[in-house]
Amino acid sequence: MSIIIFSILFSVAFYFFIKNILQVRSNILLGQKKDIKDNSSQRWKTMLVIALGQKKMFTRPIPALLHLCLYAAFIITQIELLEIFTDGFIGSHRFFLPYLGSFYVFMISFIEILSVLALIATIIFLARRNLLKLPRLNMKELAGWPKNDANLILIMEVVLVTFIFTMNGADEAMQNLQGSSYNFAISSHLAGFVFGGFDLHTLHIFEQIGWWGHLLMVFIFLNYLPYSKHFHIVLAFPNTYYSNLEQKGKFSNLASVTEEVKKMMDPSIDPFAATGTESEAPLRFGAKDVTDLTWKNLLDAYTCTECGRCTSSCPANQTGKLLSPRKIMMDTRDRLVELGEGKRKNGKEYTDGKSLLGDYITEEEIWACTSCNACVQECPVNIDPLSIIIDLRRYLVMEESKMPSELTGMLTNIENNGAPWQFSPADRGNWMNE
Amino acid sequence: MSTAFKVSTMAEMMANGETPDILFWVGCSGSFDDRAKKITKAVAKILHHCKVKFAVLGAEESCTGDPAKRAGNEFTFQMQAMMNIQVLDGYEVKKIVTACPHCFNTLKNEYPELGGKYEVIHHTQLIQDLINQGKLALEGSQTYKGKKITFHDPCYLGRANDVYEAPRVLIEKLDAELIEMKRCKTTGLCCGAGGAQMFKEAEKGNKEINIERTEDALETNASIIATGCPFCNTMMTDGVKNFNKEHEIQVLDVAELIANAADL
Repeated sequence: MSIIIFSILFSVAFYFFIKNILQVRSNILLGQKKDIKDNSSQRWKTMLVIALGQKKMFTRPIPALLHLCLYAAFIITQIELLEIFTDGFIGSHRFFLPYLGSFYVFMISFIEILSVLALIATIIFLARRNLLKLPRLNMKELAGWPKNDANLILIMEVVLVTFIFTMNGADEAMQNLQGSSYNFAISSHLAGFVFGGFDLHTLHIFEQIGWWGHLLMVFIFLNYLPYSKHFHIVLAFPNTYYSNLEQKGKFSNLASVTEEVKKMMDPSIDPFAATGTESEAPLRFGAKDVTDLTWKNLLDAYTCTECGRCTSSCPANQTGKLLSPRKIMMDTRDRLVELGEGKRKNGKEYTDGKSLLGDYITEEEIWACTSCNACVQECPVNIDPLSIIIDLRRYLVMEESKMPSELTGMLTNIENNGAPWQFSPADRGNWMNE
Repeated sequence: MSTAFKVSTMAEMMANGETPDILFWVGCSGSFDDRAKKITKAVAKILHHCKVKFAVLGAEESCTGDPAKRAGNEFTFQMQAMMNIQVLDGYEVKKIVTACPHCFNTLKNEYPELGGKYEVIHHTQLIQDLINQGKLALEGSQTYKGKKITFHDPCYLGRANDVYEAPRVLIEKLDAELIEMKRCKTTGLCCGAGGAQMFKEAEKGNKEINIERTEDALETNASIIATGCPFCNTMMTDGVKNFNKEHEIQVLDVAELIANAADL
């Protein structure tokens, strides 16, 4: 009976998980094409160091250490989860135990110790958000769902760990009643403290609550992930793999513009001749909506876990301007989810008259950016908010000619006299004689 | 105070059948801004002193297009880039040095895709090379001995291009005490001028970025704020004035420190 219930739960959970993943994938593919296939060895290395090794987390050691506890516990617990799945499918109990013997005890003990550390980290994380109210975790863009999302994930973690110890503790207590012990590092003590005095039948119920509870939490978590900022535990890996390997100062050169400029500069080209080989004209210069951004920008948005290191290092944000790089990423994701949902319901050509720029991100925000790359430098998973900001500026300037009036003057000066100020090119050498 | 020596333009060199070893890309700020011109002269003096065969483009130089690109006008940027590349290729330029990190970044990173492939270095890197080659000696210089100097990392030199060491090595050659700000190198705070902000009013906020950064510098109690970018120089100078400290604290480019120390 329990095998059937388990199998149904397992199938339903993975069916919806895969469905969710495919939806996220199709949303990301709404972005513009960008070929990122070069340098695969360098990319693997980046992924190993930045995602698996969490190198960039350690610029802030305290949260990095706490995060490491959770991360290590999460990774190692997958071994126990594998056993739970096996037990679920074939109806065994601690399937790995007879094969691994004393190593099994070591392994479960290790998981238990990490789980306790993870529990402590989780409680500190909850305190940092809700009691200490760390500035970067309490900014206005986090009001409402993002704040609840963050807390919910942490609470789920507490529940999950509680179930693990209920399962192992009750199991140990049952062993004790039969005059033996697994000798698991933590739960062998819990057996006496918490589960002492219960009879075998009650303990068995506790053990089952722990087992099924753990399982259920895993399935809920799995299906909650694609809707949550917590999706970074999966996407950090592809996102760092596809991260920008060039110097951070290098901005993309728009190929569509290059074509136009070359035509303008080459007197031998007949501007009215149909060349036939001409590549398709782009829909627009720069980005107004998420579909104008590249798929990598959109992957960035789904990968963001809203930690706010970018915003807390942003010079504009620190001096009270509206710009928050984290909000740029959150807005991009929210808009993408909204548009993707609409397109799934109403067909590919669907538009809702809304756009990322205007309905989500204001002009004031993007004009406050100094392009200093602090946000890009800070992101522990190599997200690039700056490239989105620049693409939005490109749209405003090249499609709508909208920009702060001083910039219009600056651009006119460059076009007329080759300098952002009104000086004559003939005076460029004056410094030599002054 | 004109330079006591003649700086040749590429056109003049070519007319004499000569080829310089390196082109000194002065940049708009270095050409037109009165404060930045002093940095330009310092660089020229160092190059001349070290007998580097260099030339400038003079009237043929034009904005690299950096502020246009950061402001979102890719057309203006690429027009500038293509024109500059034609001029540079016309003179068969191979190597460029510049005292402006914005020109440096654009020439080095964004021109190659458009056909302009040159070896581009920042002036602090070139000066470091010259010292290493023994062409410039600072030993025994008392000018900045024991002085407290802090270095402000220009974003387009540091984070954008990972050049953190060259300017610091130079400051240490002065026998000065280099004091780092709490935010430095990869975590250095912008001066507020990048991304075309230099040419516009800041958005509404509760503070100017250069004031925030100047506070970092004042905290170090340094008597000199060194930097390697004409825009950072302007922003930090304004910041120091805001605190009425302009008589106690100097804002100088690393090239000026070196030229002064070498008594050029």
